[in-house]
Amino acid sequence: MKLDRRGFIGAGVATAATLSAPMVIGAGHGKPRVVVIGGGAGGATAARYIAKDSAGAIDVTLIEPTRTYYTCFFSNLYIGGFRDFASIGHSYGTLAAEYGINVIHDWAIGVDRDAKSVTLAGGSKVLYDSLVISPGIDFIEGSVPGWDITSQNAMPHAYKAGSQTQLLKAQVEAMPAGGTFAMVAPPNPYRCPPGPYERVSMVAHLMKKINPTGKILILDPKAKFSKQGLFEEGWGKHYGGMIDRIDPDFGGANIEVRPDTMEVVIDGEVEKVDVCNVIPAQKAGRIVEIAGVIDGNWAPVHAADMRSKLDDNIYVLGDSSAQGDMPKSGFSANSQAKVCAMAVRGSLTGSAIFPARFSNTCWSLIDTNDGIKVGASYEATDAKIAKTSGFVSQTGEDDALRQQTYEESVGWYAGISADIFG
Amino acid sequence: MPVHAQADVEEGAKLFRRCFSCHMLGVNAFNRTGPHLNDLFGRAAGSVEGFQYSDDMNRAAAGGLIWDVDNLDAFIENPKNLISRTKMRFNGIANPKDRANLMAYLRQFSDNPSNIPEADPTLQARDPDIDPDILAIKGDPEYGAYLSGECVTCHQTGGGDDGIPSIVGWTQLDFVTALQAYKSEHRNHPLMQLMAKRLSNEEIAALAAYFETVER
Ligand SMILES: Cc1cc2nc3c(=O)[nH]c(=O)nc-3n(C[C@H](O)[C@H](O)[C@H](O)COP(=O)(O)OP(=O)(O)OC[C@H]3O[C@@H](n4cnc5c(N)ncnc54)[C@H](O)[C@@H]3O)c2cc1C
Ligand code: HEC
Ligand code: HEC
Repeated sequence: MKLDRRGFIGAGVATAATLSAPMVIGAGHGKPRVVVIGGGAGGATAARYIAKDSAGAIDVTLIEPTRTYYTCFFSNLYIGGFRDFASIGHSYGTLAAEYGINVIHDWAIGVDRDAKSVTLAGGSKVLYDSLVISPGIDFIEGSVPGWDITSQNAMPHAYKAGSQTQLLKAQVEAMPAGGTFAMVAPPNPYRCPPGPYERVSMVAHLMKKINPTGKILILDPKAKFSKQGLFEEGWGKHYGGMIDRIDPDFGGANIEVRPDTMEVVIDGEVEKVDVCNVIPAQKAGRIVEIAGVIDGNWAPVHAADMRSKLDDNIYVLGDSSAQGDMPKSGFSANSQAKVCAMAVRGSLTGSAIFPARFSNTCWSLIDTNDGIKVGASYEATDAKIAKTSGFVSQTGEDDALRQQTYEESVGWYAGISADIFG
Repeated sequence: MPVHAQADVEEGAKLFRRCFSCHMLGVNAFNRTGPHLNDLFGRAAGSVEGFQYSDDMNRAAAGGLIWDVDNLDAFIENPKNLISRTKMRFNGIANPKDRANLMAYLRQFSDNPSNIPEADPTLQARDPDIDPDILAIKGDPEYGAYLSGECVTCHQTGGGDDGIPSIVGWTQLDFVTALQAYKSEHRNHPLMQLMAKRLSNEEIAALAAYFETVER
């Protein structure tokens, strides 16, 4: 793999960066500097833990373009009507005010690994000793024929939360009676393996209330999916007959979409739909590629500390990383960030480094008070983050247990939000 | 040898004096401070109509806790073994023989003796007793602080407890008791069993030492 160690988005930007004397942040400074790109589940956790545990000994800068981060987790519950939109939004105020993190609302557009600096869209440069990158995912162009990012208003992905999520919900609410909601599900690997199927459940819950004769069509390139038995049992129980899934045997992998005419073409057959949620194939956030720490679609990292296999001063967290067995989830990103924060502190200040511990649990809501979960713990081996043991909800569980499982997820949301944003 | 054959029912009746200020048995039994204990064996925990159980008991009940010999034995030995903040204000009965006698007496009021496994009580499959050496381990709070990172994804450090119980500000003894009960599968919650099973006794002590210092 040959990549320039000085990557930039587009030539125009490179010109801007070479304009006379751009502002340089962090020059001539005594303390070790950590720069974090991306204020999501991975990045904000890492910034918070490094700042909190180093108690001022490390200078932490967090680069994140948005002022309010809407979590993808629980965004499906917003679609189902179980959460309001404001309740899944989080600001960076506490991280800045209480943890002394220097939060810069801008895009990182370049990384110079020799000079150890990050270039911002605004033109300034930020110097680092260690760089943590956690930019989530980007979509693979052309993975769903007929769809590109300019089609996202006609056919939303809603796989980065925010206005896309609101748009998708509004479209479901505006569907004609008896209309069809189609979802083009993504191929592996993608963020949140049960996410598309929880979404289908929540759309079905909403439609059962406002559009009970409507239909849901899942076009799936995968033969199997996460918690499949549990979802299918729940769909049968709560939404009998509403949901159809077309798997690869029946053409689910041979899909084209036509955003202009709201059609999907399934194995050559044209179908008219009213809402189409296209979740394309995924890869690491673009900045990972620009920094040149990518191999294929993802960034390879060492399991013990999330350090890039391609640059010792860079760590890659969360969805973007190729770490081994952990699913791409907010829980995983948060778990990896804490291990990484300890390692970064250790390498910059000599603080104690304990052995890495990772875990993940993903809850999904099928219908009111019908929650399920899957979880596992992991350890770092030389080759990868390896799963050690796990558990999963069972089919046929009674209502009380399912309700308890849902209530747990509400507690988890409060817990992880506080752990990420302070 | 079956549990009832070996245990002394009369001794058990005497021991029940330690319970009857709160619990009633027999034909006219009604709920007092505690629920009545008729038909206790095989009964789902927290299931007596009209009795207001603690949140923790309700949670254990939703998780599927059944009063079989093992679970009862663990509960009577130390109620906090199974239910950390139970409303049952009772320190427990340490002597296993006393517990076996008491259970044999209680069983007389359950017309469903087939729910009792035909096993010698001293051969219980799972031993709720926690080795005193484990309880004596002094935990390292700094290590506990690091390990706690894994817990606070779910358990809020601010002490909030909607959906997931709060674990800050507990005594170390209660904390270790609860975690050891998941580790030994006495508490039936697959997620917490998974968490607890990969913690060594030293790590559990370290966590207990750390969380005791966290203020709500
Ligand atoms: C519908 C849905 C449901 C989900 N449900 C769950 C769930 O129940 N549980 C769970 O654990 N996970 C869930 N997930 C997955 C979870 O949201 C992600 O795995 C998690 O957010 C990944 O964290 P991250 O830090 O890798 O990326 P993100 O959280 O996406 O954060 C990336 C951040 O980086 C910023 N960024 C990107 N590029 C740049 C740049 N060049 N410069 C500066 N900033 C940049 C972005 O603005 C963003 O804020 C769900 C996902 C979806 C889509
Ligand atoms: C000071 C009052 C008190 C004493 C003494 C007491 N209990 Fe309880 N017991 C309670 C209360 C209150 C509950 C409900 C606990 C909860 O909801 O957390 C309870 C619950 C129980 C339960 C669970 C019942 C159910 O329906 O799930 C059992 C079994 C039990 N007690 C047995 C005993 C035995 C045996 C003794 C004597 C060794 C005893 N208790 C002594 C107050 C008491
Ligand atoms: C994925 C979420 C999750 C994580 C991570 C987690 N817990 Fe728990 N914990 C729970 C849930 C849910 C319960 C309630 C279990 C039950 O009903 O028995 C619980 C219960 C407990 C209890 C008993 C509380 C009570 O009131 O009886 C203790 C103690 C505890 N956890 C400690 C820990 C420690 C220590 C860690 C970290 C090593 C941890 N937990 C990690 C979800 C979690």
